Amino acid sequence: MSDIKRGVSLYSFQNETFQGKMTLEDCVRTCAEMGAMGIEIIGEQSFWGWPEVGVEESVIAEWHALMRKYGTTPVSHDFMLDYKRYKGREMPFDEQVASVRNDVDFGARLGMKYIRALVSIAPEVLVAAAPYAEEKGIKILIEVHAPLHFDHPWIIRHAEAYEKSGSAALGFLPDMGMFLHAYPRVWKEKFMRLGVPRDIADYVEKAYADRVLSEYVILNVQQMGGTGPAIAMAEVMRHNAAFEPKRMLDFMPRIHNVHGKFYEMTADYVEPSIPYDEIIRVLRQGGYSGYICSEYEGNRWIEDAEEPDSVEQVRRQQVMLANLIGEPAPQLQAA
Amino acid sequence: MMDNKMICTDLFENVVEDGATVGFAFLGRLPYYRGLGLSMIEDIQVAVDGEAIARDAIRFSVHGKTYTLDEMETVYDDRWNFGEKARIVALKPGGLAPGKHRIEFAVRMRVSYLPFVPTTKDSKELALAA
Repeated sequence: MSDIKRGVSLYSFQNETFQGKMTLEDCVRTCAEMGAMGIEIIGEQSFWGWPEVGVEESVIAEWHALMRKYGTTPVSHDFMLDYKRYKGREMPFDEQVASVRNDVDFGARLGMKYIRALVSIAPEVLVAAAPYAEEKGIKILIEVHAPLHFDHPWIIRHAEAYEKSGSAALGFLPDMGMFLHAYPRVWKEKFMRLGVPRDIADYVEKAYADRVLSEYVILNVQQMGGTGPAIAMAEVMRHNAAFEPKRMLDFMPRIHNVHGKFYEMTADYVEPSIPYDEIIRVLRQGGYSGYICSEYEGNRWIEDAEEPDSVEQVRRQQVMLANLIGEPAPQLQAA
Repeated sequence: MMDNKMICTDLFENVVEDGATVGFAFLGRLPYYRGLGLSMIEDIQVAVDGEAIARDAIRFSVHGKTYTLDEMETVYDDRWNFGEKARIVALKPGGLAPGKHRIEFAVRMRVSYLPFVPTTKDSKELALAA
């Protein structure tokens, strides 16, 4: 048993919530039933009106009532910061900082410990917002997400800026999708539905497994006669790679939340494309004691062919996580 | 993402103003895992039975307010929320004849963190009641 805790980002249930098939309460109850007691949200997905219109106090009170009712813990409010809000010009720096402070406030109202910053946000903006986050007891975590990774100069710049600031309110939220060690089956199948011939799809999958540089794979696909979706299937390799989980170790003091990204969970509780056994080993080695929040993203890859069953997918990942962190979880058995 | 859920099937009607049929309407959703402020909706394209509707003939309504696409570009205090059904009106004098029509609906949105400007499309056959 380790100190790692299980949670879910309600992003995982987007297919159901978008269509009104699950309410916020349904989502929270579902997580609690899986023993995933940490709740992460994208503020503007779960709360209509945020940020441009705002959210009334009565709605925030309902959120806290849900947390009490199900015994769940608010973990993170993922904010967006639309710095392209104005057509043709980027949002001015001071306004970006004010926008982050606004999300700090929203996170604090929801009882969150963290707010998630998207990876494209400039380090200077977050550093400028850090003192306010400290005041409010919130940490701002930049999501390290493919195609970026812990050795990328942009992330290094963030790390250096955080160290220079001396603020403990700045940190990282790694998304496990950056450790994509196999080409996801649901991606391959989607591209084949779009018309990619099997020989090319098999080749790209194999080339990914062999760690061939994306540019060579794209050229080879072209020379195999690939067009359109076949090129796109190879180009995915420009944005995804099998970076090594152990690269997180240098950053552990600032890693406070983890996105348990997954594209597919098999019936025997395996994510075929992301090495969760290795990931958990590294997180344990690094003394990680925060949450891993499930983030199901297979939905968009299968929705053209079948209705995603997000709840079952998340349940399977939670079983896997409970097993890997050595947690007895009888409540996770399939009904 | 959500491509096939953009056009809703629960409303499809002609729009009558002052006794004249001025166009048709249906409900549309933003193909995205969150909502967007209206200023970031760069374009909405509608076609019916293969005929494209001009940009200035499209109206977008949420929360009791109706906007042209040009007006939306500077709306900073209203949103198209996650999963929210907006009323999309296409101005077309005389509207549509009763029966089945092929509706195409596309949304181009400016997403801050994306290094491209995505356009997402849906197409559905809807039946207009007599």
